[in-house]
Order: sequence, then C-alpha cells, then structure tokens
Amino acid sequence: MANLIPVAKTVGANRMVPTISIPYPLGDPSTPEKEQWKLRYHRVGVALTALETPIEEQTVFEVRI
Amino acid sequence: MKKAILYINQFFAGIGGEDKADYTPEIRAELVGPAMLLNQLLDAEVTHTIICGDNYMGSNEEEAVKTILGFLADIEFDIFIAGPAFQAGRYGNACGVIGKAVKEKFNVPVVSSMNPENPGVDMFKKDIYIFPGGKSAAKMRTDMKQIAEFANKILRGERLGSASDEGYYVRGIRHMVWREDEQPASERAMAMLLKKLKGEEFVSELPIPKIDRVPVAAPVADLSKATIALVTSGGIVPVDNPDRIQSASATRWGRYNIEGVDKLGNREEGQFKTIHAGYDPAAADTNPNRVVPLDALRAYEKEGRIGKIHEYFYTTVGTGTTEAEAARMGKEMVEYLHNEGVDAVILTST
Repeated sequence: MANLIPVAKTVGANRMVPTISIPYPLGDPSTPEKEQWKLRYHRVGVALTALETPIEEQTVFEVRI
Repeated sequence: MKKAILYINQFFAGIGGEDKADYTPEIRAELVGPAMLLNQLLDAEVTHTIICGDNYMGSNEEEAVKTILGFLADIEFDIFIAGPAFQAGRYGNACGVIGKAVKEKFNVPVVSSMNPENPGVDMFKKDIYIFPGGKSAAKMRTDMKQIAEFANKILRGERLGSASDEGYYVRGIRHMVWREDEQPASERAMAMLLKKLKGEEFVSELPIPKIDRVPVAAPVADLSKATIALVTSGGIVPVDNPDRIQSASATRWGRYNIEGVDKLGNREEGQFKTIHAGYDPAAADTNPNRVVPLDALRAYEKEGRIGKIHEYFYTTVGTGTTEAEAARMGKEMVEYLHNEGVDAVILTST
C-alpha cells in the first residue's frame, strides 16, 4: 500500500494498492473520523483482495474511495 | 612488512581440472600458482596460499568455510585476496563465499576480481571488493595488477575513493565525505539542474537503480485461514523507540507486539508515534493507524475475512535508506515471518 506507486513499481512490488498521501496514507485528518475510517477500511479490504488475486505482472488494484 | 593470503581453486594450483574439483581445502606456506605474481605486485608478503576445489566449496560450503577459517585462526595477515575468478561461475562463488566469511571473521579487507558475467559478482559485490575482470586466465596479469594496486592503497592506509573512482563494482554503501572542492549540495544540484535544462550531460550523485523485478507470489488460497502481518517503512514505533531506529538512512528495524490490541494508541497516550524524518509526523502521531492500519485489519479479522493478524508488526524508516540496506532488512524480517507461519504481508509505505 503506497502513495508513490511509481516508486513501488521501480522497487518491484507486484500487488499495489494506492494510498492517499505521504504523511497520512490511510486517513486525511482534515476529513471527519467516519470518512477516514471508511477509506481505511475500504483500502485495506482492497489489499486483502489483492492478496487472494492471481496476477501475471505488476498490478495496481483499483480503489473506490 | 604487511602480510597477505591468497585463495585459489584446484585448477590454478595446478592440481587438476574438473576431475579434481572435489579437492578438499588445503593451506600451503608457499607461493602456489598466481600467488607468485601477486607477491611481485603487492607491497606485502604473500605468506600462504589456500587451495580448494570449486565443487567442494559449492557442495560442502559450511565444511569448507569452517576448515579454511580454522587454517587462518593462528595466522597473522593484513589482507585477503581471492581469485581472480574471471568468468568461472563456481570459482566466483567460492571466492565470494570464502571472502565474505574471512572478512566477517577476521575483519580484514578482502579483494577479488570477476568478469561482469560471473554470477559471483551480484552475489557478493556488496560484501567484498570485486573488480571487473577478463573472461579467462589470459587476463591474469591485468586482473591481478588491478587487485594489487587497490590492495596496496589499502595497505598504505590511503584514503579510498568511491566505487566508481576506484573501479570496483558498486556495493551500494554510502559514506559521509568531506569534498575536496567544498562545494555544497545546493550548488551542485543547481549546476546539475542547469545542465539538464540545457540538455547537457551530467552525472547524478544518486543514480536511481534500475527496475528490480521480483517474482510474483502465488495468491493466498484461503484468506479466512491465513495469518497476515503488517509491515511498514513509515517509522511507526513505541514512543520510546526502544530499538533506536534511525529517523533517516535507517539500518535498523524493529517488531512490536500487537496481540489483542484493537488499534494502535497514539503519541499522546504514550503508545506509538513516527520517527520518520521524511514527512510531517502530525497525522501519524495523532493516529498511527493511518500508517499501520491495525484497526481496519482487526475489523476484518473479527469478521472472519482473514484468519488472524500476526502478533507483531514490523517497522523501519524508508527515507534515505539505500536499496541495499532495505533489501537486507527485508530479508531479516522475512526470516521471522516465515518461521512464525505468516502467510501474507500488507506493507504500508509513506
């Protein structure tokens, strides 16, 4: 899970899930707690999906929120 | 007079070729094969030659290393030379294995030479000085000369330049140096930028390593039975940073128990904070779960989406950290993860 997906690609990560920033990858402090939780819960869920998904090459998994 | 020891294989010792590649380690207090040449070129006396068959080293590594380190235990020497190994893969491996072991055990400089195609280069260039050598023994004189010239610099206690200045394979180690030109980084960076804008050639001080391909891991068959670990390069640590992980250019990492913890407590609560010097710590200090999403993963554990969360999370700082150090720390972490039955990892970076 990384904000800098191009760097993750360069160092060879194969299953990638984007996060939202460098200082707060999974929860923007300027938004309500509830929204932060929703985002974090969703993106960690995408990471779990990524772990059980067969892939052939480096793949960036899509996030909805 | 300083003292040197040379390691060679059965072929260069004149013992034999493939048929003698199982030759067990031997030490002779004399100059054998290329040791004569090295002795001429070196500002040191080559007191001993160690000989070992390449296959013996390849298939009985532990035994071979133990025997050779045993030979050396009572001998004084200032430098250890292995090879040159040219393009001979098994010889390159042998030079690397024994070179690394000697360096670790006796803390003496170790110098070798291998052709760029020799697999020993990538395996050991981080551990010992390896110079690019020729393809075959026809280059013995040139390659040995290069080894000896650098070894002499070390023996004289001269200031050593960078890998590119000296000519050995880049080890991925960064040093703090006082530049002779005393030109600060800001000026050098501006000069580079101007050259880049003008389309002129410039040499980066921090070359970006080429893309590293990692084999794709098989998917986890059944997440509901899997153990998942959290690993981060975001520098989240207990507030007292017990392992003294550095805030930048980290060489240390830690793992901290999160058994039964629903979410990471924050700095104010005296629990966790970030020590990462590469980003504003405010958001991570207030809620470390923004970097290590234990709370969200715990929710998935309670729902039965995953089997369980591994008892520890693993952490280091990923700013200014060289790829070589990062790879080493990663390997060290993986050893724990493997031994403790972790099936998959969620790695968060900042």
